[in-house]
Amino acid sequence: MTHEQAKTSIGERFGGAQVESAFAGATADKPGSAEATAGKGVALTVTVPVDQWTAFARFAKDTLGCRFFSFSTAVDWKEQGLEVVAKVDNVDTGLSILMKSKLGPGVSECQSLVPVFRGADWMERECYDMFGIRFDGHPDLRRILLGDDWVGHPLLKSYAVDTPHPPYR
Amino acid sequence: MEIKPPVPIIPAPIWRNIKDLQEWEQLHQKRPEGDKHSVAFESITEGIHSFPGGFVVTTGVDAFLNWARKSSVWPVTFGLACCAIEMMATFASRFDVERLGMVPWASPRHSDLMVVSGTVTIKMAPMLVRIYDQMPDPKWAVSMGSCANSGGPFRHGYHVVKGVDRVIPVDVYVPGCPPPPESLLNGLLLLQDQIAQFRRTGKRAAPNAKVD
Repeated sequence: MTHEQAKTSIGERFGGAQVESAFAGATADKPGSAEATAGKGVALTVTVPVDQWTAFARFAKDTLGCRFFSFSTAVDWKEQGLEVVAKVDNVDTGLSILMKSKLGPGVSECQSLVPVFRGADWMERECYDMFGIRFDGHPDLRRILLGDDWVGHPLLKSYAVDTPHPPYR
Repeated sequence: MEIKPPVPIIPAPIWRNIKDLQEWEQLHQKRPEGDKHSVAFESITEGIHSFPGGFVVTTGVDAFLNWARKSSVWPVTFGLACCAIEMMATFASRFDVERLGMVPWASPRHSDLMVVSGTVTIKMAPMLVRIYDQMPDPKWAVSMGSCANSGGPFRHGYHVVKGVDRVIPVDVYVPGCPPPPESLLNGLLLLQDQIAQFRRTGKRAAPNAKVD
């Protein structure tokens, strides 16, 4: 599965998804090179609607062959709300897909990737810990790094990081 | 067009006005009454000391006990972060602390000294206090490195204790990020000097005056 094939395939299956390739501009002078068609080392950025998050992951795993779950994290865009990010790789062909999905302002609910990738378990627990995103379908959603008695989610932009917490902080 | 060189006017800092030092004054742990003793033990030593000529006995016993204490300071092996690497180097053969009578011991119940080597996180602080509480009196703590002293580069992080002296009383602060083994060794020698100042079998010496 090459870059271009993957793009077409995603376009056919997910009409609402927005596909970008950072590689296209960089190789405008040498189209059709082996690297460009294989897309090695460059992530295909796919922005999917939030309700197709798990469906796209399953599509990427089964159809595109991206069986390696690299990481999952989130971004806080302040007023625009949270955005979940996950990267999955096809280690055989070198195709890697960076999946993104904006949850929308004020929303902290998202579908879980654990039914598709078991490795997403701890990543989503960390994501819940740091950003407070509730993953529907996660089997064991609790804090992973911070203590169980921690209040708040510290990587949110709205978290007041220097509030006193005597005697520790 | 005339270009003026930037002339920053930096007023000399007045240490009393610095917020961090005010916090330190307010929040650091003190041990005003020394170590825990049984009341009977303390009354007996005080009685001997107040007896005419008894000071010869108490000072002699002091000298002996202080020599014994400072010659067998056993640090508990407790490493937290990168400072622990330097601490291990100090404990290893090149900077051999065993010649000072320090044996790194893997049990807090047999140890006298805790070298807090590294960043103390809010999640780790209760465990640190528990280990410190398990050590028998008299006990000492050396705060090693910027993180343990004040939080260091992570001071404004969300999870960092701003100095280990907020949770346990500290005897010697070793600066550095991380302090080389020589610095830690100097700190341990300072600690031995402090231990030699114990009076009346257990009263701690007054801390040195702060130098601005």
